[in-house]
Amino acid sequence: MDIDVKKVAMLSRIRLTDEEAAELGPQLANIIGYVEQLSAVDTEGVEPIAHPHDIAMPQRVDAVTNGNRRDALQAPAPKTESGLYVVPKVIE
Amino acid sequence: MSWETVIGLEVHVQVNTKTKQFCGCSTEFGAEPNTQTCPVCLGMPGQLPVLNIEAARKSVLTGLAINADINLVSKFDRKNYFYPDLPKGYQITQFPLPIVERGYLDIPVKDGEKRIGITRIHMEEDAGKSMHEGLDGVSHIDLNRSGVPLMEIVSEPDMSCSDEAIAYLKQLHQLVCFLDVSGANMEKGQFRCDANVSVRRKGEPLGTRAELKNLNSFRFIKQAIEYEVNRQIELIEDGGEVVQETRLYDSVKGESRSMRSKEEAHDYRYFPEPDLPPLRFTQQEVDTIRAGIPELPGQLRKRFETEYGLSPYDADVLTQTRDLAAWYEALVAAHPADPKRCANWMANELLGRLKETGTDIAASPVSPQRLAGLLERIADNTISGKAAKDVLDAMMESDDDADAIIEAKGLKQVSDTGAIDAIITEIMDANPDQVAGYRAGKDKLLGFFVGQVMKASRGKANPGMVNQRLKELLKG
Repeated sequence: MDIDVKKVAMLSRIRLTDEEAAELGPQLANIIGYVEQLSAVDTEGVEPIAHPHDIAMPQRVDAVTNGNRRDALQAPAPKTESGLYVVPKVIE
Repeated sequence: MSWETVIGLEVHVQVNTKTKQFCGCSTEFGAEPNTQTCPVCLGMPGQLPVLNIEAARKSVLTGLAINADINLVSKFDRKNYFYPDLPKGYQITQFPLPIVERGYLDIPVKDGEKRIGITRIHMEEDAGKSMHEGLDGVSHIDLNRSGVPLMEIVSEPDMSCSDEAIAYLKQLHQLVCFLDVSGANMEKGQFRCDANVSVRRKGEPLGTRAELKNLNSFRFIKQAIEYEVNRQIELIEDGGEVVQETRLYDSVKGESRSMRSKEEAHDYRYFPEPDLPPLRFTQQEVDTIRAGIPELPGQLRKRFETEYGLSPYDADVLTQTRDLAAWYEALVAAHPADPKRCANWMANELLGRLKETGTDIAASPVSPQRLAGLLERIADNTISGKAAKDVLDAMMESDDDADAIIEAKGLKQVSDTGAIDAIITEIMDANPDQVAGYRAGKDKLLGFFVGQVMKASRGKANPGMVNQRLKELLKG
């Protein structure tokens, strides 16, 4: 199993050094290899399922139940301004 | 060498529920930033989504209205990507098993109708809003929109020019408005379009497509598609190759630019949403929703033509929105004698005046009943059509009914034979040469006499009667 560790890291927005990538490659391959054992199971004739539990979708009626809790919810944010979250510039 | 254009459209329609797709936060537009959020739509750890069943029902309703198959079992998936306006790091959407598949819309084209296939409608949630303008090195994020329910309506690549694309979009826009499943206000981003555009030489297989993003008005969509078609044709004719990419249309510059860097990150790693079991509808539930489909624009147009004898053009104008159609029917109910007169006065006179002031029909200062009062006075010859236009002008400015205005302005038409004959005799006496000329066969002089009589009556004489009496009296 060959894994493009740098690409996976990029998609996850994790910065890796070459050394870290080299170290993680075989580890990830090991994990995938372990899970791959599932492919050996014969699923011929088994109906695919979308969810492991056979439960009904919980439903919500369309009524507002949440009020304005901005102050409390923004408390953990590193930076806000006029009620807006401030993040590093993201546009190209 | 002739070229063919192939266009497919993806439309994001904001569903007009009161609350978000998976939490009880309000979706009200224009609130103070970040005042309509909660741990669920902020993507805080350990929070679980709970589906807004109303949003699901509206998606089913839309599917039924485009004659599509409703999947009684559909499921949700995660679409993973990183962007600060998506706090969970994934969007909950539907990938392999959407709620609606295989529908269509018939759109008007030059020589009749064309059927545009609709591949699917899936339910998903909106992201927040990022702001970059005028900011130095930072972006601002408002998450009020995060989690607002969306339907993504994906068409087949069945359109072959920008006009067809616009016709499809207008038809779809009108449909979601009639169904009351979306506010569909394009300026508020409630109806957004991405266009997949490719070109090919006639008879050849599909070319490589480019995806145009950021199209938020019918005019820009048309411009962007036309710009893209020309760009691709020129590129190929110059020996180049179209690459599959996302392009951002700049409506100010009238051109698009590649967002190639975004392309690289397009690896969404979809997987089933473990927090939500499959969504199930029974056939009975679907049938109940089907029973709630209102009369749709096409049906309404045909009914207006047959029931009220309207021209296709008037029927089309008066069925553009549910409000317009309802207003027209209220007018006909109040003036049932002449549905065509109702259509003429509403479409040409009232809507023209409302357009000048940018007023919506729902906010018209003149009610159907007041306009009907005016139409009654035209019908019974109290006033001429010309005078009626002045009365309507006055009605737009006041709450008075037609009779009060006619009285106050002294617009009552003279339809009394004796009075009209008296004026005619006067005019004939004053113009003996013209009378002789007319009697010698110069029929065209009738117009001269009509003009003189109308002038002498200060426009109040009933023109039909003037014509009739003149012909009679001029015979001698």
